[in-house]
Amino acid sequence: MSAVTSLSESAASAGPGGAAPGDLSSPASSSRRAKDRGATIAMHSAFVLALVPLAWILWTVTSQGYRMLLTSQWWMNSQRGVTVRDFGGGAYHAIIGTVLQAGVTAVISVPIGILTAIYLVEYGRGVAARAVSFMVDVLTGIPSIVAALTIYALWISTFGLSRVGFAVSLALVLLMVPTIVRSTEEMLKLVPNELREASYALGVPKWKTIMRIVLPTAFSGILTGVLLGLARVMGETAPLLILGPYTKSINFDLFSGNMASLPTMINQDRTEFLDAAVQRTWGAALTLILVVMLLNLAGRLIARFGKV
Amino acid sequence: MVTTTSPPPDVALTGGRRRGPDRIFRGFAVSASGIVVALVVLVGAFLVTKASPSLAADTASFLSSREWSVADPTNLRFGIAQLLWVTVISSILAMAFAVPVAIGVALYLTHYAPARVAKPFAYLVDLLAAVPSIVFGLWGARVLMAYVQPLQDFLKSVFGWIPLFAPTSVQAGTIFLASIVLAIMILPIITALSREVFKQTPNEHKEAALALGATRWEMIRIAVLPFGRPGVISAAMLGLGRALGETIAVTIILSTTSGAFSWSLFFGGETFASKIANAASEFDTPSTTGAYIAAGLVLFILTFAVNAIARIIIERRKAFTE
Repeated sequence: MSAVTSLSESAASAGPGGAAPGDLSSPASSSRRAKDRGATIAMHSAFVLALVPLAWILWTVTSQGYRMLLTSQWWMNSQRGVTVRDFGGGAYHAIIGTVLQAGVTAVISVPIGILTAIYLVEYGRGVAARAVSFMVDVLTGIPSIVAALTIYALWISTFGLSRVGFAVSLALVLLMVPTIVRSTEEMLKLVPNELREASYALGVPKWKTIMRIVLPTAFSGILTGVLLGLARVMGETAPLLILGPYTKSINFDLFSGNMASLPTMINQDRTEFLDAAVQRTWGAALTLILVVMLLNLAGRLIARFGKV
Repeated sequence: MVTTTSPPPDVALTGGRRRGPDRIFRGFAVSASGIVVALVVLVGAFLVTKASPSLAADTASFLSSREWSVADPTNLRFGIAQLLWVTVISSILAMAFAVPVAIGVALYLTHYAPARVAKPFAYLVDLLAAVPSIVFGLWGARVLMAYVQPLQDFLKSVFGWIPLFAPTSVQAGTIFLASIVLAIMILPIITALSREVFKQTPNEHKEAALALGATRWEMIRIAVLPFGRPGVISAAMLGLGRALGETIAVTIILSTTSGAFSWSLFFGGETFASKIANAASEFDTPSTTGAYIAAGLVLFILTFAVNAIARIIIERRKAFTE
């Protein structure tokens, strides 16, 4: 297996400029080689092109927002009593809002998502499985604003409840579940059937095979999927616009009162062009990116070490 | 009903009988799937029930009108024609920008990048997906806009005779700019999924191509791309769906113009999502809310249709080895 891989890799990774295709049975004609060269250049430029916006956005947000993040005030204070014109204040209230809402979303979504994926890959056959898979597809396509409207119709129009943090979490669950189902499903499918069969052959029951063989084998991929889902959910703004009004004060309660979050904090001042407001906006944007990316990075490190 | 005491694990499986823990575990998996189905039903049911009173009271043509006045419950006049156009054209343009680049990046990462750096490079592209949409919106409106404007002016001056490129009163927040930002936003999703399927191309296929004397590009064309096509299409459709429903970035970028309507890409307007987002504070009466929920319902149906088409394509050209 490894010999096969290294063979194909050495063939596939022969440098664009250097290695002649001498290891092929017959030398390629010049027009074919030119096409190959052209394709190589196209692939490289596509990659560079994809990185330009990332670098540009990170540079913009960092250079505009880093000053706020260097003060201890930013991490420990809220914006309570700070007007649009005032410099200062912090993002603590928004950070806890974002973390709490995303945390509750994950706690609800991850078990549902992983179990559904297990159903689809390990158990589901025939019409029922196709129906579930179809529903996951539908859910995948639901835009965040539609999820928000649904929860609005349920939570506020029907039950007459108010706009609280938990309602935001519910809307985010609609967005996170399909992400996790699909990523987990893909990873479970990649687990070779031979592993399952070997386990069955040893008399291990199916549930134990799934828990001890299939899930651990797919673990890093599943974790990556969960974290990407979490990253998506943390950066969502649409449900917050509809269900989670901004407040400048700290609120730990998901079931009462307005709860700030980093996206709504950005949204709050984005139309202002006063220096203080602009700095606050970019500061909150940088904080949000940092929170999401650090989580992302941590998850990938765990995934890497978890696999060994 | 089988209620024997569970056999010790070293005893071979008895034909077709499911043991206790197995049944419980299966039960969990089945109920989770049930919840997923219920969520979709919930979305459909609530959107329809809350939208239908306003739809019934609508005195304009819902599908073909460009009007949108929903403040007066006794005289609701709203239609989605313009929303539909702006939503669809901006998303399709975004997909057209994103898909070729995404395929290139995915191929680069799977077949061109040196093995040592392929993983970190892939991570870099994934990082783009970690950038929240509101940051894309801010960056698009405050930074990118200035750089896209010369390109817009050029396109307007050269292709202005085509209605799609006609100059309009909108200077900055155009559909064109929104599409570029949307393309950047959906790029990592399409790339990540395409990468996964390209990676799954059987080595035997690739080696067979190489053994026949194919260059690397020919190997990709005859082995990798056909194998990955259903996956790439599904990735593109997922990206399209996300672009259709993208809210805050579009809301920030697009100018909500009230000027004379134009088919031009250099016009502003509102998508379904940005219309709803802009009105988030106006949800006071059920009839007003219902009108926006009706817009949301159409968006839901639109994304549903996109997914259905994608699914049909995948089913028809299924190339995965089971």
